[in-house]
Amino acid sequence: MPNETGRHAPRDVSRRNLFKQVGLAGAAAAISGTAPAVVTAAAEPAPAPALKPQERLEALETLTAAEADKLEAIVARLIPSDANGPGATEARAAHYIDRALTGPLRASRGAYAAGLAAIDVYAQSAKGAAFAKLAVADQDAVLADMEKNVATGFAPDAATFFNLVRTHTIQGTFCDPYYGGNADFVGWDLIGYPGIRMVVTAEEQRMNVRTKPVRQSAYADATFTMKGGSHGHRP
Amino acid sequence: MAIDLKKTDVVIVGLGAVGGVAALPLARAGADVIGLEAGTWLSPRDFAPDELRNNFRGWPQSAQKANGEIPTHRPNASAPYSPRLPIHPMMNAVGGTSLHYWAQSWRLNPWDFKVVSETTRRYGAARIPKGSTVEDWPFGLEELEPYYDKVEYEVGISGQAGNVNGAIDKRGNIFEGPRARDYPMPALTGTEFTDRMAATARKLGWHPFPGPAAVNSQYYDNRPACLYHGFCNRGGCHIDAKNSTAVSTIPKALATGRLKVVTQAIVTSVAVDERSGRVRGVVYLKGGEEYLQPADVVLLAGYTYENVRLLLLSKSKPFPHGLANNSGQVGRHYITHHTGATLAALFPFDLNNWYGLPAQGVAVDNWADDNFDHSGLDFIGGGNLWVYSDRRPIGAASMSTFSKAPTWGSNWKAFIKENADRWNLAYLQKTTLPYEDNVLDLDPTVKAALGFPVIRITADHKDNEKKLGAFIQDKMAQWFMEAGAIAVERGPQGTMGPSTHAYGGTRMGDNRETNVVDRYGFSHEVPNLGVLGASVMGTSGAHNPTLTAQALAWRTAEHLSKNWRAIAN
Repeated sequence: MPNETGRHAPRDVSRRNLFKQVGLAGAAAAISGTAPAVVTAAAEPAPAPALKPQERLEALETLTAAEADKLEAIVARLIPSDANGPGATEARAAHYIDRALTGPLRASRGAYAAGLAAIDVYAQSAKGAAFAKLAVADQDAVLADMEKNVATGFAPDAATFFNLVRTHTIQGTFCDPYYGGNADFVGWDLIGYPGIRMVVTAEEQRMNVRTKPVRQSAYADATFTMKGGSHGHRP
Repeated sequence: MAIDLKKTDVVIVGLGAVGGVAALPLARAGADVIGLEAGTWLSPRDFAPDELRNNFRGWPQSAQKANGEIPTHRPNASAPYSPRLPIHPMMNAVGGTSLHYWAQSWRLNPWDFKVVSETTRRYGAARIPKGSTVEDWPFGLEELEPYYDKVEYEVGISGQAGNVNGAIDKRGNIFEGPRARDYPMPALTGTEFTDRMAATARKLGWHPFPGPAAVNSQYYDNRPACLYHGFCNRGGCHIDAKNSTAVSTIPKALATGRLKVVTQAIVTSVAVDERSGRVRGVVYLKGGEEYLQPADVVLLAGYTYENVRLLLLSKSKPFPHGLANNSGQVGRHYITHHTGATLAALFPFDLNNWYGLPAQGVAVDNWADDNFDHSGLDFIGGGNLWVYSDRRPIGAASMSTFSKAPTWGSNWKAFIKENADRWNLAYLQKTTLPYEDNVLDLDPTVKAALGFPVIRITADHKDNEKKLGAFIQDKMAQWFMEAGAIAVERGPQGTMGPSTHAYGGTRMGDNRETNVVDRYGFSHEVPNLGVLGASVMGTSGAHNPTLTAQALAWRTAEHLSKNWRAIAN
């Protein structure tokens, strides 16, 4: 399976690392693309334990370890790993955000610092513990309060931060893997996107046609190579 | 002190969709033309099929002039500012936004040139909306037809004619004005979904047809046919099948040996001879140096915001309120196409819209312009219905949930897993009129990188646009539902922030009290200054502006070359 993802390919999202990161069933789903029945939204008793720093796949680029743990916990609830397969965790959406906050999304770095601090203060007051330590039902309740803009302590407000993280989580889950998200194409597989093809026939634009997925970054194509400079492509 | 360069015949400010066209007839006529472009040449390497970069990041591979000059917006003079757009609607490069535009290449409807007289004739003068500053164009479609034709053949447009010399062809747009001949290329193919929508439209008694596109449907002008790969929307074409001026008219102009392209040139003002009141060239920055490029004639060919901004920034003794602005008309009669009031539909089956391009689709003009009787209605104008094939994963996952699912979590995930390829969004371009209080000026506080103010937009949709918006949403909903949609969702009317379809600000017309440029695109006040682009258009019509702006640019350039002595000396 071609899996070239350019200079910033997800660094070895190996079976072993995935097991460490999301647990056995989630990793099986991420790798096989099948939906394991054992992981469902209803059957999640406890939060995924926050990663210890030595377990991260690579060093953080801008987020602190505490911020990264909180962000991982948030994206895991926005697009959960469940009966429908891997989610934002396996896509490595938080990794995408961490990296992008040093580049194209750097203007949002302050909003993340403030928002990730505020979410713990609110989680503590509303649910009695820091966000990452809450059970998933309580995490969902906190996020729902943010979305409804009734959670307090955010600047300018909770909904703004919620929408920011949601937007970036979607980007990190469904983007070209060159940017460090959509690892193993889990986002594209989820919604049935058949991938980037350079030639599309009329037959392939018929409604009932299911073209075989192409799992390849745009930058795997020699036309768009990064050799000779990143050409403005700072992820 | 600016470095004084050798004088040239014509300097064009901006080598995009219109400057890149105007250069060709001038160069062919033997004029020495210098094209100043803020961006650089881009190449296929810059046109990767990368949704994140193309659609969300403002083209980091191109010069970032425009992204530093995003206009501010407020709906009216006492309203607070709207949130600033994160990226500019347009971009800088040789070829400009014609590199990444959707390439829909429409002619205006005959009515768009005569909104005042035709509305008055058919429904009475009282039907012109209160506060609108709309005027008839100084000429009709028949005057522009030969220039539409030239651009269609020189740039390369695919499409299906609907009216050749008065002979109606139902495969094309039966409402279009007469054209002298067919398009140079047949229309792009439909997809099964757009074909299905066309069949549904026929069932409704409407007249569907494939839209015109500056995209090769077959080998043309030594460039290949489109491969329908699906990244045309804010994406460049790596095989040159999209007919930006960078691959069509600009190379042809360069081949004459008369066009010199200067890239990374940021024009900061137009220089005026204070005794004669004529322009004598332009001042630009490049590589940390300031240059004065003298020229007999200056043609402004930036986007609407930049044309207006450069005029307002170019203050001099004869023009204390900005160049060509002693009438106070620069910045007035501003329009952006009303593309709010969208209509989204959800189908119970996959559409397979993952590939294709936004110019590959089916149109219905039965409800556009004055193609239908407005006697019993409370608005004038209409909208173009357009269904196309265009979908990429981030956009697909960002879909509306049609109030059928939450916006995150497992239930949301299940919803998008099923429906990411089952929705379609119609953005509905609607007639939008100019009004007294919809204007552009220089922002009093917000500045761009070089310290010059950005454009401030003060504009909002008025009653006519809102009523029309609701009407056309109903028509689109009817079409989608008839085609099997299980839900539709009406987008809000929105307001008039920065847009890819911005018109006016340097309007064209015979009356020098209400228009900046004359019927040929030259300033009423400054005879050797021409303005190119949709900033000269006084009405929007219900279709994309680029082809009309290009036809006008060709006409202005031809007028200049035929009347060189009168204009240049």
